[in-house]
Amino acid sequence: MGIYFFKKIQKGAHVPHMKNTEDMSFVRLDKFSEIKIPMRQHMGSVCKPLVKIGDYVKLGQKIGDSESNFSAPIHASCSGTVKKIDNIKTVSGEMIQTVIIENDEKYEISEEVKIPQINNKEDFIKAIRESGIVGLGGAGFPTHVKLDYKGNSKIEKLVVNCAECEPYITSDYRECIEDTDNILYGIECVKKYLGISKVYFGIESNKPKAIKLLKTLTKDDDNFNVITLKSLYPQGAEKTIIYATTGIVVESGKLPADCGVLVMNVSTLGFIGNYIKTGMPLVERKITVDGDAINKPNNLIVPIGAPINEILDYCECKNDLVKKVLMGGPMMGISVADITTPVIKNNNAILAFTEKMCKKEEVSSCIKCGKCISVCPMNLMPAGLEKAYDKKDFEKLNDLAINLCINCGCCSYICPANRPLAQKNQLAKTLLRNKNK
Amino acid sequence: MSNFIVSPSPHISSPINTRKIMLDVLIALVPALIASIIFFGVRAFIVTIVCALSCVIFEYLARRLMKRNNTISDLSAVVTGVLLAFNLPVTIPLWIAVLGSFFAIVVVKQLFGGIGQNFANPAITGRIFLFVSFAVHMTTWVKPFYYTNKVDMVSSATPLVNMDGVSTLDLFLGNVGGCLGETSALALIIGGIYLVIKKVISPIIPLTYISTVFILTLVLGENPLNQIFAGGLMLGAIFMATDYSTSPSTNKGKFIFAIGCGLITVAIRLFGNYPEGVSFAILFMNVVCPLIDRATATKPFGLVKNKGGK
Ligand code: SF4
Ligand code: SF4
Repeated sequence: MGIYFFKKIQKGAHVPHMKNTEDMSFVRLDKFSEIKIPMRQHMGSVCKPLVKIGDYVKLGQKIGDSESNFSAPIHASCSGTVKKIDNIKTVSGEMIQTVIIENDEKYEISEEVKIPQINNKEDFIKAIRESGIVGLGGAGFPTHVKLDYKGNSKIEKLVVNCAECEPYITSDYRECIEDTDNILYGIECVKKYLGISKVYFGIESNKPKAIKLLKTLTKDDDNFNVITLKSLYPQGAEKTIIYATTGIVVESGKLPADCGVLVMNVSTLGFIGNYIKTGMPLVERKITVDGDAINKPNNLIVPIGAPINEILDYCECKNDLVKKVLMGGPMMGISVADITTPVIKNNNAILAFTEKMCKKEEVSSCIKCGKCISVCPMNLMPAGLEKAYDKKDFEKLNDLAINLCINCGCCSYICPANRPLAQKNQLAKTLLRNKNK
Repeated sequence: MSNFIVSPSPHISSPINTRKIMLDVLIALVPALIASIIFFGVRAFIVTIVCALSCVIFEYLARRLMKRNNTISDLSAVVTGVLLAFNLPVTIPLWIAVLGSFFAIVVVKQLFGGIGQNFANPAITGRIFLFVSFAVHMTTWVKPFYYTNKVDMVSSATPLVNMDGVSTLDLFLGNVGGCLGETSALALIIGGIYLVIKKVISPIIPLTYISTVFILTLVLGENPLNQIFAGGLMLGAIFMATDYSTSPSTNKGKFIFAIGCGLITVAIRLFGNYPEGVSFAILFMNVVCPLIDRATATKPFGLVKNKGGK
């Protein structure tokens, strides 16, 4: 009977990998005449601009900050003159105040950029806040808030998220290969100042080179574990990667830190390593540009605030054929209406697709095949959730634990009837939130 | 460069759809169809075509009359038709086959809202309906290869009534009397393996169902191999108990469902008035399926009940 009930078997969908760019080293792209820096690129409070129109700003200069701790400061990603401060629509659809800089393309470094002086945990957290770093892999949660956990548990384990389970994206993988020293140094710092002992790398099996590299580099230290994960989307989701690497189940309503675990994206750690060494705040992003509308897929380093359309042009986007542009991966990325919007802190990919990839298949009746249940990483029942949402049955929605849905999209992906399950879950969550207000 | 499509994630979807799933089921039924033609002649093929065709036509008409969108292209009606035919004796008058199709598609499937909504398996219910209404026609069995020698056309019993002198090998291959699609265990198993490989069905229901029957009949002193190869067990366990709409969606639920099917099948076969219990067993479990579904709802990952508000 053993074959029937594995305890908490890891679930997910087998999505196509499409890692076309895995062998492409990062190329720096800095020919942008205009840089647009929105005053919110993270979860938390909007920043206030610290500069005026006409000011000359330099690379790394702080140009936006907020009094709230739950926010992250914003820095100039080029040198040049502030041309305008205007409200523009960002990817999320909100109107956000944005500092528009005319780039002189000299990238002159600001005097503010200094190697941070760090003696203890407080200094470290402060420095991290000043660096402007937010979670580079996900929703842009301010990193200093995550590191400055004030709960009762002691954080003992650091999970380094290198899963990169979304199709197409290879920027984290390239980071692992090209920036390994900074990553290890970043991990060292986090370990040291937070008093963490054990480190787990969670990395999907489709990246053998990175696995080998990390294994070789950490083989002398028993506190480092490189864990090969099944290539199964969404291994990189916080709760799933914690379970897959450490075996810890983070219960609903708890933070990973409450269970003694901290998850950080590799690119975030790589940045921290570099920042502690050089003092250069978060001013650029490593991104993958790919999709079937792109002639020259690539991995690029671009300044934050660079307009997407110019990046696409550089990669020879088939302008007349492109029908959909995504920020992020095809499973969770956001489709962009206006492609002059700038790259922001938590972008890790820009994907452009032609009509062929945008075909909407016809939605038919649920055939009760149970496939959505069998892929849901959170072990929910998406078909039931959809029915409950359609009936506006709030009690049922809560019963089926709608709040645990991580919007990974596996259910919609797999559904043979093409039902918009994940989308309905998002709507249901919004509905519940508004109702509880 | 304008008019970009803006849509919520995910932006890709898997290539499977309802129609491909149904097509796979049809492909999986082909070996059994071939076996039935070999054993029972061309009439087996004719009965199958008549059922499939009438199911499609009834589905089309029913959807038209109820002013619902047309669903015949999902091929589920064809599957129902073929399965119904497989549950009929080859000598069945064609008008009875058409009537069964009507019952299966219109009464059992469409009146309840169409694919995914029906509480009972249409083909099974169709068979039971015909069995109750036309008992004589439905229990007139012919020997295999009757069409090659006209002498001994009708034999009155399926091997389940009289197991004496039936070889296990004949049962396995299907060289015995019975409904046209259910006799060849071999052909059905090939189809079942195909479905499992294609991930159309999970092996839990067929394996559990068949093992339950095997173990139980073994304990009760029957020949367990003959029991699992005879009658409609293979067809039922592989193709009908695994029907999505009428079986539980979770693995645990499937397991309980299949054990239930096995128990009832053996009970009817050995102690009941009917020689065959597969149809009734599956129908009964179909009816309790919603209960099983409720009892075996998945436990969300890391969920703690009664916490964080109501
Ligand atoms: S219900 Fe939510 S968590 Fe589960 S597969 Fe769908 S989107 Fe992912
Ligand atoms: S995957 Fe789609 S068709 Fe299958 S049970 Fe879920 S909602 Fe229904």
